[in-house]
Amino acid sequence: MTSGDRGRPAPRIAVVGASAAGLAAVEGLRRAGWDGLLTLVGDEPHPPYDRPPLSKQVLSGSWEPDRTGLRSAEQLAGLDLDLRLGTRAAALDAAARRLTLDDAERTVLDCAGIVVATGVRPRTLPGTEGVAGVYVLRSLEDALALRERLAAPGRRLAVVGDGVLGAEAAAVATGLGHRVVLIGSGTAPMGRVLGAETGALLAAVHRAHGVELRAGRASGVVTGPDPAGGPDGRHVTGVRLADGGTVEADTVLVATGSVPAVDWLGPSGEAAAPGAEAAGAGARAADGVRLDLADGLGCDAHCAAAPGVYGAGDVARWYHPVLGRTLRVEHRMNATEQGLAAARNLLAELDAERFGAPRPFAPVPYFWSDQFGLKLQAYGVLEGADRIEVLCLEKDPLRLAALHGREGRATGVLGAGLPPRTVRGLRALVAGDAPADWDEALAAFRTAVQG
Amino acid sequence: MRVTVDPDKCCGAGQCVLVAPEVFDQRDEDGIVVLLDAAPPADRHEAVREAAAICPAAAIEVDA
Repeated sequence: MTSGDRGRPAPRIAVVGASAAGLAAVEGLRRAGWDGLLTLVGDEPHPPYDRPPLSKQVLSGSWEPDRTGLRSAEQLAGLDLDLRLGTRAAALDAAARRLTLDDAERTVLDCAGIVVATGVRPRTLPGTEGVAGVYVLRSLEDALALRERLAAPGRRLAVVGDGVLGAEAAAVATGLGHRVVLIGSGTAPMGRVLGAETGALLAAVHRAHGVELRAGRASGVVTGPDPAGGPDGRHVTGVRLADGGTVEADTVLVATGSVPAVDWLGPSGEAAAPGAEAAGAGARAADGVRLDLADGLGCDAHCAAAPGVYGAGDVARWYHPVLGRTLRVEHRMNATEQGLAAARNLLAELDAERFGAPRPFAPVPYFWSDQFGLKLQAYGVLEGADRIEVLCLEKDPLRLAALHGREGRATGVLGAGLPPRTVRGLRALVAGDAPADWDEALAAFRTAVQG
Repeated sequence: MRVTVDPDKCCGAGQCVLVAPEVFDQRDEDGIVVLLDAAPPADRHEAVREAAAICPAAAIEVDA
Protein backbone atom coordinates (compact mmCIF):
# COMPACT_ATOMS: atom_id res chain seq x y z
CA MET A 1 0.00 0.00 0.00
CA THR A 2 2.70 2.47 -0.89
CA SER A 3 1.29 5.86 -1.67
CA GLY A 4 2.01 8.22 -4.47
CA ASP A 5 2.80 5.67 -7.23
CA ARG A 6 2.99 7.56 -10.51
CA GLY A 7 1.54 10.64 -8.88
CA ARG A 8 -1.66 8.98 -7.70
CA PRO A 9 -2.99 10.49 -4.51
CA ALA A 10 -2.41 8.53 -1.32
CA PRO A 11 -5.35 6.29 -0.39
CA ARG A 12 -7.65 7.63 2.30
CA ILE A 13 -9.70 6.09 5.06
CA ALA A 14 -12.38 8.30 6.57
CA VAL A 15 -13.83 7.70 10.02
CA VAL A 16 -17.11 9.53 10.55
CA GLY A 17 -17.82 10.26 14.19
CA ALA A 18 -15.18 11.54 16.60
CA SER A 19 -16.30 10.02 19.86
CA ALA A 20 -15.07 6.83 21.55
CA ALA A 21 -15.72 4.48 18.61
CA GLY A 22 -14.27 6.81 16.00
CA LEU A 23 -11.20 7.45 18.14
CA ALA A 24 -10.65 3.72 18.64
CA ALA A 25 -10.97 3.21 14.89
CA VAL A 26 -8.32 5.78 13.94
CA GLU A 27 -6.00 4.52 16.68
CA GLY A 28 -6.54 0.94 15.58
CA LEU A 29 -5.83 1.85 11.96
CA ARG A 30 -2.57 3.57 12.84
CA ARG A 31 -1.49 0.86 15.27
CA ALA A 32 -2.03 -1.76 12.58
CA GLY A 33 0.17 0.23 10.21
CA TRP A 34 -2.19 2.24 7.99
CA ASP A 35 0.09 4.90 6.53
CA GLY A 36 -2.32 6.43 4.04
CA LEU A 37 -4.45 9.50 4.68
CA LEU A 38 -6.72 9.24 7.70
CA THR A 39 -9.65 11.62 8.06
CA LEU A 40 -11.63 11.91 11.29
CA VAL A 41 -14.90 13.81 10.98
CA GLY A 42 -16.85 14.94 14.06
CA ASP A 43 -19.93 17.15 14.21
CA GLU A 44 -19.10 18.42 17.70
CA PRO A 45 -16.42 21.11 18.06
CA HIS A 46 -14.50 19.13 20.72
CA PRO A 47 -11.73 16.62 20.30
CA PRO A 48 -12.87 13.12 21.37
CA TYR A 49 -14.28 13.09 24.90
CA ASP A 50 -15.82 10.53 27.19
CA ARG A 51 -19.59 10.39 27.66
CA PRO A 52 -20.17 8.17 30.73
CA PRO A 53 -18.87 10.88 33.11
CA LEU A 54 -21.43 13.36 31.74
CA SER A 55 -24.27 11.88 33.78
CA LYS A 56 -21.95 11.23 36.73
CA GLN A 57 -18.91 13.37 37.56
CA VAL A 58 -19.65 16.26 35.16
CA LEU A 59 -23.29 16.63 36.17
CA SER A 60 -22.42 16.44 39.86
CA GLY A 61 -19.74 19.09 39.40
CA SER A 62 -16.88 16.93 40.68
CA TRP A 63 -15.17 17.06 37.27
CA GLU A 64 -14.57 20.01 35.02
CA PRO A 65 -15.16 19.32 31.32
CA ASP A 66 -11.48 19.04 30.40
CA ARG A 67 -11.21 15.85 32.45
CA THR A 68 -13.44 14.09 29.94
CA GLY A 69 -10.93 14.49 27.12
CA LEU A 70 -9.91 11.05 25.88
CA ARG A 71 -6.52 12.02 24.44
CA SER A 72 -4.09 14.88 24.83
CA ALA A 73 -3.31 17.24 21.97
CA GLU A 74 0.07 15.53 21.58
CA GLN A 75 -1.51 12.09 21.40
CA LEU A 76 -3.93 13.26 18.72
CA ALA A 77 -1.12 14.95 16.80
CA GLY A 78 0.78 11.68 16.88
CA LEU A 79 -1.99 10.03 14.87
CA ASP A 80 -1.32 12.33 11.90
CA LEU A 81 -5.02 12.90 11.28
CA ASP A 82 -6.87 14.99 8.79
CA LEU A 83 -9.07 16.13 11.68
CA ARG A 84 -12.32 17.86 10.76
CA LEU A 85 -14.19 18.83 13.90
CA GLY A 86 -17.38 20.85 13.91
CA THR A 87 -18.20 19.22 10.60
CA ARG A 88 -21.12 16.97 9.73
CA ALA A 89 -21.05 14.28 7.10
CA ALA A 90 -23.74 15.10 4.56
CA ALA A 91 -23.88 11.97 2.44
CA LEU A 92 -22.18 8.71 1.60
CA ASP A 93 -22.09 7.11 -1.81
CA ALA A 94 -21.36 3.61 -0.54
CA ALA A 95 -20.70 2.11 -3.98
CA ALA A 96 -18.13 4.75 -4.88
CA ARG A 97 -16.90 5.05 -1.25
CA ARG A 98 -17.34 8.79 -1.65
CA LEU A 99 -18.06 10.92 1.38
CA THR A 100 -19.57 14.39 1.15
CA LEU A 101 -19.08 16.78 4.04
CA ASP A 102 -21.50 19.48 5.10
CA ASP A 103 -18.82 22.18 5.23
CA ALA A 104 -18.75 25.47 3.36
CA GLU A 105 -16.86 23.93 0.43
CA ARG A 106 -19.12 20.87 0.32
CA THR A 107 -15.92 18.81 0.42
CA VAL A 108 -16.01 15.46 -1.38
CA LEU A 109 -13.59 12.77 -0.21
CA ASP A 110 -12.86 9.68 -2.28
CA CYS A 111 -11.95 6.92 0.13
CA ALA A 112 -10.49 3.43 0.13
CA GLY A 113 -12.58 2.72 3.20
CA ILE A 114 -15.05 4.35 5.55
CA VAL A 115 -15.91 3.65 9.19
CA VAL A 116 -19.31 4.94 10.27
CA ALA A 117 -19.31 5.80 13.99
CA THR A 118 -21.89 8.57 14.17
CA GLY A 119 -23.54 7.33 17.35
CA VAL A 120 -27.05 8.22 18.39
CA ARG A 121 -29.14 11.30 19.06
CA PRO A 122 -31.37 11.66 22.08
CA ARG A 123 -35.11 11.34 21.61
CA THR A 124 -37.12 14.38 22.58
CA LEU A 125 -40.67 14.85 23.80
CA PRO A 126 -43.17 16.29 21.36
CA GLY A 127 -43.89 19.98 21.84
CA THR A 128 -40.78 20.77 23.86
CA GLU A 129 -38.77 22.60 21.22
CA GLY A 130 -37.89 26.07 22.42
CA VAL A 131 -39.43 25.47 25.86
CA ALA A 132 -37.11 26.69 28.60
CA GLY A 133 -36.26 24.25 31.37
CA VAL A 134 -36.32 21.11 29.20
CA TYR A 135 -33.05 19.26 28.77
CA VAL A 136 -31.52 16.19 27.15
CA LEU A 137 -28.21 14.61 28.15
CA ARG A 138 -25.95 13.39 25.38
CA SER A 139 -23.27 15.97 24.68
CA LEU A 140 -20.92 17.91 26.89
CA GLU A 141 -22.98 21.06 26.23
CA ASP A 142 -26.12 19.20 27.32
CA ALA A 143 -24.46 18.16 30.58
CA LEU A 144 -23.12 21.64 31.31
CA ALA A 145 -26.48 23.27 30.59
CA LEU A 146 -28.28 20.94 32.99
CA ARG A 147 -25.51 21.34 35.56
CA GLU A 148 -25.88 25.12 35.41
CA ARG A 149 -29.63 24.77 35.85
CA LEU A 150 -29.07 22.54 38.89
CA ALA A 151 -26.58 24.99 40.38
CA ALA A 152 -29.52 26.86 41.88
CA PRO A 153 -30.88 25.05 44.94
CA GLY A 154 -34.30 23.50 45.35
CA ARG A 155 -35.21 22.62 41.78
CA ARG A 156 -38.13 20.34 41.10
CA LEU A 157 -36.70 17.99 38.50
CA ALA A 158 -38.74 15.50 36.55
CA VAL A 159 -36.66 12.88 34.77
CA VAL A 160 -38.61 11.32 31.93
CA GLY A 161 -37.30 7.83 31.27
CA ASP A 162 -35.94 5.47 33.93
CA GLY A 163 -33.24 3.73 31.93
CA VAL A 164 -29.62 3.89 32.98
CA LEU A 165 -29.16 7.53 31.94
CA GLY A 166 -32.30 8.76 33.68
CA ALA A 167 -31.57 6.75 36.81
CA GLU A 168 -28.01 8.08 37.05
CA ALA A 169 -29.10 11.68 36.50
CA ALA A 170 -31.86 11.29 39.09
CA ALA A 171 -29.30 10.01 41.59
CA VAL A 172 -26.90 12.89 40.95
CA ALA A 173 -29.61 15.55 41.13
CA THR A 174 -30.95 14.09 44.36
CA GLY A 175 -27.43 14.16 45.76
CA LEU A 176 -27.27 17.86 44.86
CA GLY A 177 -30.34 18.44 47.01
CA HIS A 178 -33.08 18.75 44.41
CA ARG A 179 -36.55 17.18 44.52
CA VAL A 180 -36.58 14.53 41.84
CA VAL A 181 -39.39 12.53 40.29
CA LEU A 182 -38.26 9.68 38.05
CA ILE A 183 -40.93 8.81 35.51
CA GLY A 184 -40.76 5.43 33.81
CA SER A 185 -43.07 3.02 32.11
CA GLY A 186 -42.18 0.24 34.54
CA THR A 187 -42.14 0.00 38.30
CA ALA A 188 -38.39 0.23 38.86
CA PRO A 189 -35.39 2.13 37.52
CA MET A 190 -33.78 0.12 34.72
CA GLY A 191 -36.50 -2.47 35.27
CA ARG A 192 -36.61 -3.47 31.59
CA VAL A 193 -32.94 -4.49 31.80
CA LEU A 194 -32.66 -5.64 35.42
CA GLY A 195 -35.96 -7.50 35.77
CA ALA A 196 -38.41 -7.25 38.65
CA GLU A 197 -36.34 -8.50 41.59
CA THR A 198 -33.13 -6.53 41.03
CA GLY A 199 -35.19 -3.60 39.83
CA ALA A 200 -37.09 -3.57 43.12
CA LEU A 201 -33.82 -3.46 45.03
CA LEU A 202 -32.63 -0.50 42.97
CA ALA A 203 -36.02 1.16 43.41
CA ALA A 204 -35.66 0.84 47.17
CA VAL A 205 -32.25 2.52 46.99
CA HIS A 206 -33.68 5.42 44.99
CA ARG A 207 -36.65 5.82 47.36
CA ALA A 208 -34.41 5.67 50.41
CA HIS A 209 -32.49 8.64 49.01
CA GLY A 210 -35.67 10.58 48.35
CA VAL A 211 -36.36 9.97 44.67
CA GLU A 212 -40.06 9.72 43.89
CA LEU A 213 -40.69 6.93 41.38
CA ARG A 214 -43.68 7.48 39.17
CA ALA A 215 -45.02 4.91 36.73
CA GLY A 216 -46.43 6.51 33.65
CA ARG A 217 -45.78 7.42 30.06
CA ALA A 218 -44.99 11.06 29.37
CA SER A 219 -46.99 12.48 26.50
CA GLY A 220 -45.69 16.05 26.62
CA VAL A 221 -45.05 18.98 28.89
CA VAL A 222 -47.11 21.68 30.51
CA THR A 223 -45.80 25.22 30.09
CA GLY A 224 -46.31 28.65 31.53
CA PRO A 225 -44.85 32.08 30.89
CA ASP A 226 -41.08 32.15 31.16
CA PRO A 227 -40.13 34.38 34.11
CA ALA A 228 -36.74 34.94 32.46
CA GLY A 229 -38.38 35.90 29.18
CA GLY A 230 -36.69 33.23 27.08
CA PRO A 231 -36.68 33.28 23.28
CA ASP A 232 -40.06 31.59 22.95
CA GLY A 233 -41.42 32.99 26.20
CA ARG A 234 -42.50 29.57 27.52
CA HIS A 235 -41.13 27.72 30.51
CA VAL A 236 -41.88 24.18 31.52
CA THR A 237 -44.12 23.77 34.58
CA GLY A 238 -44.67 20.05 34.45
CA VAL A 239 -44.80 16.77 32.56
CA ARG A 240 -48.09 15.55 31.17
CA LEU A 241 -48.72 11.83 31.47
CA ALA A 242 -50.70 9.69 29.06
CA ASP A 243 -53.06 8.63 31.87
CA GLY A 244 -54.09 12.26 32.30
CA GLY A 245 -51.95 13.05 35.34
CA THR A 246 -49.34 15.76 35.61
CA VAL A 247 -46.00 15.82 37.38
CA GLU A 248 -45.12 19.34 38.45
CA ALA A 249 -41.57 20.37 37.64
CA ASP A 250 -39.54 23.48 36.88
CA THR A 251 -36.86 21.38 35.21
CA VAL A 252 -37.34 18.37 32.93
CA LEU A 253 -34.71 15.95 31.71
CA VAL A 254 -35.85 13.85 28.76
CA ALA A 255 -33.98 10.53 28.91
CA THR A 256 -36.23 8.36 26.79
CA GLY A 257 -33.54 6.71 24.73
CA SER A 258 -32.01 7.63 21.46
CA VAL A 259 -32.13 7.25 17.71
CA PRO A 260 -29.17 6.04 15.63
CA ALA A 261 -27.65 8.87 13.60
CA VAL A 262 -28.06 7.29 10.15
CA ASP A 263 -30.17 9.94 8.43
CA TRP A 264 -27.15 11.11 6.41
CA LEU A 265 -26.69 7.58 5.06
CA GLY A 266 -30.12 7.55 3.45
CA PRO A 267 -30.67 7.63 -0.31
CA SER A 268 -30.46 11.39 -0.58
CA GLY A 269 -28.24 12.08 2.38
CA GLU A 270 -29.33 14.85 4.68
CA ALA A 271 -32.53 15.41 2.71
CA ALA A 272 -33.86 12.32 4.46
CA ALA A 273 -33.21 13.78 7.89
CA PRO A 274 -36.78 14.48 9.03
CA GLY A 275 -37.71 10.84 8.54
CA ALA A 276 -34.56 9.43 10.12
CA GLU A 277 -36.44 7.03 12.38
CA ALA A 278 -38.40 5.70 9.44
CA ALA A 279 -35.41 5.31 7.13
CA GLY A 280 -36.60 1.72 7.20
CA ALA A 281 -35.83 -0.53 4.34
CA GLY A 282 -32.50 1.02 3.48
CA ALA A 283 -30.75 2.88 0.77
CA ARG A 284 -30.02 1.40 -2.62
CA ALA A 285 -27.47 3.01 -4.87
CA ALA A 286 -27.64 2.67 -8.64
CA ASP A 287 -25.22 -0.23 -8.77
CA GLY A 288 -26.87 -2.23 -6.04
CA VAL A 289 -24.84 -1.42 -2.92
CA ARG A 290 -27.48 -1.40 -0.25
CA LEU A 291 -27.13 -0.11 3.28
CA ASP A 292 -29.48 -1.64 5.83
CA LEU A 293 -30.74 1.26 7.95
CA ALA A 294 -33.63 -0.48 9.71
CA ASP A 295 -32.15 0.08 13.19
CA GLY A 296 -28.81 1.83 12.97
CA LEU A 297 -26.39 0.66 10.30
CA GLY A 298 -26.74 -3.06 9.66
CA CYS A 299 -23.39 -4.86 9.54
CA ASP A 300 -22.19 -8.45 9.20
CA ALA A 301 -20.12 -10.36 11.74
CA HIS A 302 -17.03 -8.46 10.55
CA CYS A 303 -18.76 -5.10 11.17
CA ALA A 304 -18.99 -4.56 7.39
CA ALA A 305 -22.09 -2.78 6.07
CA ALA A 306 -20.95 -2.90 2.43
CA PRO A 307 -17.62 -3.46 0.70
CA GLY A 308 -15.21 -0.95 2.23
CA VAL A 309 -17.86 0.46 4.58
CA TYR A 310 -17.83 -0.54 8.25
CA GLY A 311 -19.85 0.42 11.32
CA ALA A 312 -18.80 0.80 14.96
CA GLY A 313 -20.26 1.93 18.26
CA ASP A 314 -23.80 2.91 19.21
CA VAL A 315 -24.86 3.29 15.58
CA ALA A 316 -23.84 -0.20 14.44
CA ARG A 317 -26.16 -3.20 14.50
CA TRP A 318 -24.08 -6.23 13.68
CA TYR A 319 -24.42 -10.00 13.61
CA HIS A 320 -22.90 -11.44 16.79
CA PRO A 321 -21.69 -14.90 15.76
CA VAL A 322 -21.72 -16.46 19.24
CA LEU A 323 -25.10 -15.09 20.25
CA GLY A 324 -26.39 -15.95 16.77
CA ARG A 325 -28.36 -12.76 16.31
CA THR A 326 -27.97 -9.11 15.46
CA LEU A 327 -27.25 -6.70 18.25
CA ARG A 328 -26.85 -2.95 18.69
CA VAL A 329 -25.08 -2.00 21.90
CA GLU A 330 -25.10 1.55 23.27
CA HIS A 331 -22.40 1.05 25.86
CA ARG A 332 -19.00 2.60 26.29
CA MET A 333 -16.92 -0.58 26.15
CA ASN A 334 -18.50 -1.67 22.90
CA ALA A 335 -17.65 1.63 21.25
CA THR A 336 -13.94 1.04 21.74
CA GLU A 337 -13.94 -2.67 21.03
CA GLN A 338 -16.00 -2.31 17.88
CA GLY A 339 -13.98 0.67 16.66
CA LEU A 340 -10.85 -1.47 16.91
CA ALA A 341 -12.57 -4.44 15.24
CA ALA A 342 -13.91 -2.34 12.36
CA ALA A 343 -10.44 -0.87 11.80
CA ARG A 344 -8.80 -4.29 11.77
CA ASN A 345 -11.36 -5.84 9.44
CA LEU A 346 -11.41 -2.91 7.04
CA LEU A 347 -7.64 -3.20 6.65
CA ALA A 348 -7.96 -6.96 6.17
CA GLU A 349 -10.42 -6.31 3.35
CA LEU A 350 -8.18 -3.73 1.70
CA ASP A 351 -4.99 -5.80 1.90
CA ALA A 352 -5.25 -9.23 3.51
CA GLU A 353 -1.67 -10.06 2.65
CA ARG A 354 -0.40 -7.16 4.69
CA PHE A 355 -3.00 -6.90 7.44
CA GLY A 356 -4.17 -10.49 7.86
CA ALA A 357 -7.57 -12.13 7.67
CA PRO A 358 -10.71 -10.47 9.06
CA ARG A 359 -11.99 -11.74 12.40
CA PRO A 360 -15.61 -11.95 13.52
CA PHE A 361 -16.52 -9.45 16.21
CA ALA A 362 -17.83 -11.49 19.13
CA PRO A 363 -17.35 -9.43 22.29
CA VAL A 364 -18.77 -10.03 25.74
CA PRO A 365 -20.81 -6.82 26.13
CA TYR A 366 -20.16 -4.88 29.33
CA PHE A 367 -21.71 -1.93 31.05
CA TRP A 368 -21.57 -0.30 34.41
CA SER A 369 -23.66 2.25 36.22
CA ASP A 370 -23.09 4.30 39.36
CA GLN A 371 -26.11 5.32 41.42
CA PHE A 372 -25.97 6.54 45.05
CA GLY A 373 -22.61 4.90 45.62
CA LEU A 374 -23.89 1.60 44.24
CA LYS A 375 -21.96 0.27 41.26
CA LEU A 376 -23.77 -2.07 38.92
CA GLN A 377 -21.70 -4.12 36.50
CA ALA A 378 -23.03 -6.40 33.81
CA TYR A 379 -21.57 -8.74 31.22
CA GLY A 380 -23.41 -10.28 28.32
CA VAL A 381 -27.03 -9.48 27.54
CA LEU A 382 -29.51 -8.82 30.35
CA GLU A 383 -32.48 -7.68 28.23
CA GLY A 384 -35.10 -10.11 27.05
CA ALA A 385 -34.51 -12.65 29.82
CA ASP A 386 -37.20 -15.26 30.47
CA ARG A 387 -35.53 -16.39 33.70
CA ILE A 388 -33.42 -14.52 36.27
CA GLU A 389 -31.71 -15.95 39.34
CA VAL A 390 -30.74 -13.41 42.02
CA LEU A 391 -28.43 -14.19 44.93
CA CYS A 392 -27.48 -11.82 47.73
CA LEU A 393 -24.20 -12.05 49.60
CA GLU A 394 -24.52 -12.32 53.37
CA LYS A 395 -28.22 -11.41 53.02
CA ASP A 396 -27.15 -7.88 52.06
CA PRO A 397 -29.54 -6.71 49.31
CA LEU A 398 -26.91 -4.31 48.02
CA ARG A 399 -24.37 -7.06 47.47
CA LEU A 400 -26.00 -9.12 44.81
CA ALA A 401 -25.43 -11.17 41.70
CA ALA A 402 -27.95 -12.05 39.02
CA LEU A 403 -27.85 -14.57 36.20
CA HIS A 404 -30.08 -13.82 33.22
CA GLY A 405 -31.17 -16.47 30.74
CA ARG A 406 -33.37 -17.00 27.76
CA GLU A 407 -34.63 -20.13 26.04
CA GLY A 408 -32.47 -22.47 28.10
CA ARG A 409 -29.26 -20.45 27.73
CA ALA A 410 -27.47 -18.14 30.12
CA THR A 411 -27.13 -14.75 28.41
CA GLY A 412 -25.86 -12.27 30.99
CA VAL A 413 -24.68 -11.62 34.53
CA LEU A 414 -25.07 -8.63 36.81
CA GLY A 415 -23.13 -7.84 39.96
CA ALA A 416 -23.26 -5.13 42.60
CA GLY A 417 -21.04 -4.79 45.63
CA LEU A 418 -19.06 -7.93 44.79
CA PRO A 419 -15.28 -8.47 45.01
CA PRO A 420 -13.61 -8.07 41.58
CA ARG A 421 -12.52 -11.70 41.58
CA THR A 422 -16.15 -12.77 41.89
CA VAL A 423 -17.18 -10.39 39.12
CA ARG A 424 -14.55 -11.88 36.80
CA GLY A 425 -15.82 -15.34 37.70
CA LEU A 426 -19.33 -14.25 36.74
CA ARG A 427 -18.09 -12.87 33.44
CA ALA A 428 -16.56 -16.24 32.60
CA LEU A 429 -20.05 -17.77 32.74
CA VAL A 430 -21.13 -15.85 29.64
CA ALA A 431 -17.77 -15.47 27.89
CA GLY A 432 -17.55 -18.85 26.18
CA ASP A 433 -17.31 -19.63 22.47
CA ALA A 434 -20.89 -20.84 22.53
CA PRO A 435 -23.99 -19.84 24.51
CA ALA A 436 -23.93 -21.46 27.95
CA ASP A 437 -26.52 -24.03 28.98
CA TRP A 438 -28.74 -22.52 31.69
CA ASP A 439 -28.55 -25.39 34.19
CA GLU A 440 -24.78 -25.68 33.96
CA ALA A 441 -24.33 -21.92 34.18
CA LEU A 442 -26.71 -21.74 37.15
CA ALA A 443 -24.70 -24.31 39.11
CA ALA A 444 -21.45 -22.48 38.31
CA PHE A 445 -23.13 -19.17 39.18
CA ARG A 446 -24.07 -20.40 42.68
CA THR A 447 -20.56 -21.65 43.24
CA ALA A 448 -19.00 -18.42 41.98
CA VAL A 449 -21.13 -16.26 44.27
CA GLN A 450 -21.35 -18.39 47.38
CA GLY A 451 -18.06 -20.20 47.12
CA MET B 1 7.54 1.74 28.78
CA ARG B 2 6.03 3.74 31.64
CA VAL B 3 2.47 2.98 32.70
CA THR B 4 0.31 5.27 34.82
CA VAL B 5 -3.25 4.77 36.03
CA ASP B 6 -5.85 7.25 37.27
CA PRO B 7 -7.83 5.60 40.09
CA ASP B 8 -10.26 8.54 40.07
CA LYS B 9 -11.26 7.79 36.47
CA CYS B 10 -11.26 4.00 36.88
CA CYS B 11 -14.74 2.44 36.73
CA GLY B 12 -13.61 -0.98 37.92
CA ALA B 13 -14.48 -2.86 34.74
CA GLY B 14 -11.48 -5.12 35.18
CA GLN B 15 -10.71 -5.43 31.47
CA CYS B 16 -7.06 -4.56 32.12
CA VAL B 17 -6.76 -7.49 34.54
CA LEU B 18 -8.17 -9.84 31.93
CA VAL B 19 -5.72 -8.62 29.29
CA ALA B 20 -2.55 -8.05 31.37
CA PRO B 21 -2.86 -9.71 34.80
CA GLU B 22 0.87 -9.35 35.49
CA VAL B 23 0.60 -5.57 35.24
CA PHE B 24 -2.86 -4.72 36.62
CA ASP B 25 -5.00 -5.86 39.54
CA GLN B 26 -8.11 -4.54 41.28
CA ARG B 27 -8.68 -3.51 44.88
CA ASP B 28 -10.87 -6.05 46.66
CA GLU B 29 -13.16 -3.51 48.27
CA ASP B 30 -14.21 -1.49 45.24
CA GLY B 31 -12.58 -2.97 42.14
CA ILE B 32 -10.47 0.11 41.45
CA VAL B 33 -7.29 -0.51 39.47
CA VAL B 34 -3.98 -1.34 41.17
CA LEU B 35 -0.83 -0.95 39.10
CA LEU B 36 1.48 -3.89 39.79
CA ASP B 37 4.26 -2.98 37.41
CA ALA B 38 4.78 0.59 36.19
CA ALA B 39 7.66 -0.46 33.92
CA PRO B 40 6.60 -3.81 32.47
CA PRO B 41 9.01 -5.94 30.43
CA ALA B 42 8.90 -5.87 26.65
CA ASP B 43 6.89 -9.07 26.31
CA ARG B 44 3.99 -7.39 28.15
CA HIS B 45 3.98 -4.17 26.10
CA GLU B 46 1.45 -5.29 23.52
CA ALA B 47 -0.95 -6.49 26.22
CA VAL B 48 -0.56 -3.23 28.15
CA ARG B 49 -1.26 -1.17 25.02
CA GLU B 50 -4.34 -3.30 24.44
CA ALA B 51 -5.45 -2.73 28.04
CA ALA B 52 -5.01 1.03 27.67
CA ALA B 53 -6.88 1.03 24.36
CA ILE B 54 -9.92 -0.86 25.62
CA CYS B 55 -10.19 0.65 29.12
CA PRO B 56 -13.76 2.00 29.11
CA ALA B 57 -12.81 4.82 31.46
CA ALA B 58 -9.60 5.85 29.66
CA ALA B 59 -7.85 5.47 33.02
CA ILE B 60 -4.59 3.93 31.72
CA GLU B 61 -1.82 5.97 30.11
CA VAL B 62 1.13 4.42 28.35
CA ASP B 63 4.27 6.38 27.66
CA ALA B 64 6.30 5.03 24.69
